[in-house]
Amino acid sequence: MANEIRLVEAIRQALDEEMARDESVIVYGEDVGVNGGVFRATKDLIEEYPEQVYDTPLAEAAILGLGVGLAGAGFRPVPEIQFASFAYQGFHQLVQHASRMRSRTRGTLGVPMTVRMPYGGGIRALELHSESYEAGFAHVPGLKTVVPANPADAKGLLTAAIRDPDPVIVLEPTSRYRASRESVPEGEHVVPLGEAEVVSEGEEVTVVAWGAMVAETIEAVEDADADAEVIDLRTVSPMDSEAILASVRKTGRCVVVHEAPRTGGLAAEIVARINDDALYYLESPVERVTGYDVPFPMFAREAAYRPDADRIRRGIERVLSA
Amino acid sequence: MVREQVAEFSVEYVQALDEEGTLDDEQAPDVDDEDLLELYRLMRLARRTDERAVALQRRGESGTYAPGIGQEAAQVGSAFALARDDWMVPSFRESAAYLTRGAPVHRLLWYAMGMEEGAEVADRNMPPSIPVGSQALHAAGLGWGQAIRRDETATLTYFGDGATSQGDVYEAMNVSGVLDAHTVFFCQNNQWAISVPRERQSRAETLAQKAISAGIEGIQVDGNDVLGVLGVARDALESARNGNPVLVEALTYRQSMHTTSDDPRVYRSEDDEGDWDARDPIVRFERYLRDEGVLDDDRAAEIADDIEALLSDEIDRARGGREEVEPAEMFDHVFAETPPELRRQKEAFEREESEEGETGPASAEDGLRGEREAGGAEIPESVEKQRDGTADEQRDEDDEVDDRG
Ligand SMILES: Cc1ncc(C[n+]2csc(CCOP(=O)(O)OP(=O)(O)O)c2C)c(N)n1
Repeated sequence: MANEIRLVEAIRQALDEEMARDESVIVYGEDVGVNGGVFRATKDLIEEYPEQVYDTPLAEAAILGLGVGLAGAGFRPVPEIQFASFAYQGFHQLVQHASRMRSRTRGTLGVPMTVRMPYGGGIRALELHSESYEAGFAHVPGLKTVVPANPADAKGLLTAAIRDPDPVIVLEPTSRYRASRESVPEGEHVVPLGEAEVVSEGEEVTVVAWGAMVAETIEAVEDADADAEVIDLRTVSPMDSEAILASVRKTGRCVVVHEAPRTGGLAAEIVARINDDALYYLESPVERVTGYDVPFPMFAREAAYRPDADRIRRGIERVLSA
Repeated sequence: MVREQVAEFSVEYVQALDEEGTLDDEQAPDVDDEDLLELYRLMRLARRTDERAVALQRRGESGTYAPGIGQEAAQVGSAFALARDDWMVPSFRESAAYLTRGAPVHRLLWYAMGMEEGAEVADRNMPPSIPVGSQALHAAGLGWGQAIRRDETATLTYFGDGATSQGDVYEAMNVSGVLDAHTVFFCQNNQWAISVPRERQSRAETLAQKAISAGIEGIQVDGNDVLGVLGVARDALESARNGNPVLVEALTYRQSMHTTSDDPRVYRSEDDEGDWDARDPIVRFERYLRDEGVLDDDRAAEIADDIEALLSDEIDRARGGREEVEPAEMFDHVFAETPPELRRQKEAFEREESEEGETGPASAEDGLRGEREAGGAEIPESVEKQRDGTADEQRDEDDEVDDRG
């Protein structure tokens, strides 16, 4: 059975099903209750699960720190950070506590917290509502970070994250929340963390993307005069290097696409892994198509900042002609 | 065992002009008729600016906007108390305060239109803080600087009731107390933080009492009473100039949506919203001005006409500016001097822009590669100095990357 729903509804479905399955799952955050979240991802859940859904005061450090404590008390906290850019207000709780509790306690205490946060540009949002700093989370040992690109994965990855015994950041691409209705399995649907998906197979070039950039990449590949293999990374940390390496060994060429700034972005990490394990298969240098090293512009300039299908297509053409 | 009371606190509430428009002379600030009319004009201008900005957003001409309808007295009254040399550290709902400080309407509209041009700092106003509450610390720093220099100036920062739940706001008040900072914390308690009502933000009876734990003064004022706010803000600024920071809680009400992307019907009923005729800050003040003979129909109409004329000019100007947005400017102000890699990114971007539509490999990042082959871009002297000669290494690295192709 499958239903045609949008990404934001798939998120809601996963929360609904997981709260029904496990009453230790607690959904909380700013405006997630009565208001159903500013993107309506938690719409009506407070009525269905009055003991499991809570509005909190406006305090991200509290929201993330509470999760560590709730976990200690035997709950599975699923806080929402209203926009990823405000995770910094509680970043210390993630870096200093949530991510390393298991390690510090030699495995006796874990933090099975799943932090949902909308991220990324393309919706004409206010300043500081469009950043994608997945590399920052990926840089923290002990944190897992997933970025779904479509409704089915949104449901499956979120479900897996909630069931995961360790802290997981789920970055939800705001521009995809309502972009399309797609088929999503009804009932239990789990997409394992740490596994990339080959979205379309090809022989000439590998294109790696995640989150909002997957749709742009698919569009670019349709227009490009190339037999491209598209990989949706899905989990950016821990990263499925094997999927990328296997593809690059086959195609010999690679383009990595991300919306985040170029310097220190995850494309650099991917290039390093290819260097380590597939360098001699390469027929041209790996190409990066990314955001620029500038603060994410306000929306009058955001289209110029974000990689789009055109820029990605040119990246593909460049590696092919090199 | 000893058990005795060691401290006792209370919080005062101030109102000068009541709902009927009657003035309590004891609480009234010293203002002449000219000031009274200016306060009135500014409140009306702010209201109309918000209404026009919301309409522009609805027509797709601008982005998300946070109107301050209902909060004009709190903002205009407090900003009016600031001297030119004082600093203002606002959040995202402070159009009325910016206007009172002389900011032109088209700037506010540019910001709403998604243009960095709208956030330019002018006349000792910080750009609006989008993260809730974190700006209070900047006000603490500014106020500390004023204390170190023994300046006669002060700093006033705005935030909402929701912001008082943030650690940063408490830290700001606490450090200001310890450092004798010249800072006034002005909380507009408009009863809602998006969907969360004031009572769900804190169990404290007043927000003003949050000052007590920081050891600074806290006071409440009727935030819909422009004269009460002006008086309290003047006193608070005076106290801050002497190294005694103050938290002012202005009790007001957000009459419209949180922002243009918000639908308040989801979380509050019309009953909650109540009858605004009695509580509206502009209605109340206008009644008083008419009773006092400061304002009559002709004068009111004249002010309204001037505001409409000003707004239509400013909206034209905002639209004109929007037509001229240069995307490549996003690279220009990241650093005072653009580092080489960022300059390369800009040049690549410009090349890509100019070749947009043309197909084939001759595009942006290709140009970037060509430049690397030529030995890298020139590096500004000062950067080279700062880097202590490492700029050349950087160039070699770039070449290396390219050699593999
Ligand atoms: C640190 C941070 N968290 C969350 C948000 C999203 N957000 C924007 S405004 C707002 C409510 C603010 O309420 P309040 O402080 O009472 O000010 P008001 O909007 O009522 O003027 C929220 C949650 C944000 N901008 N910054």
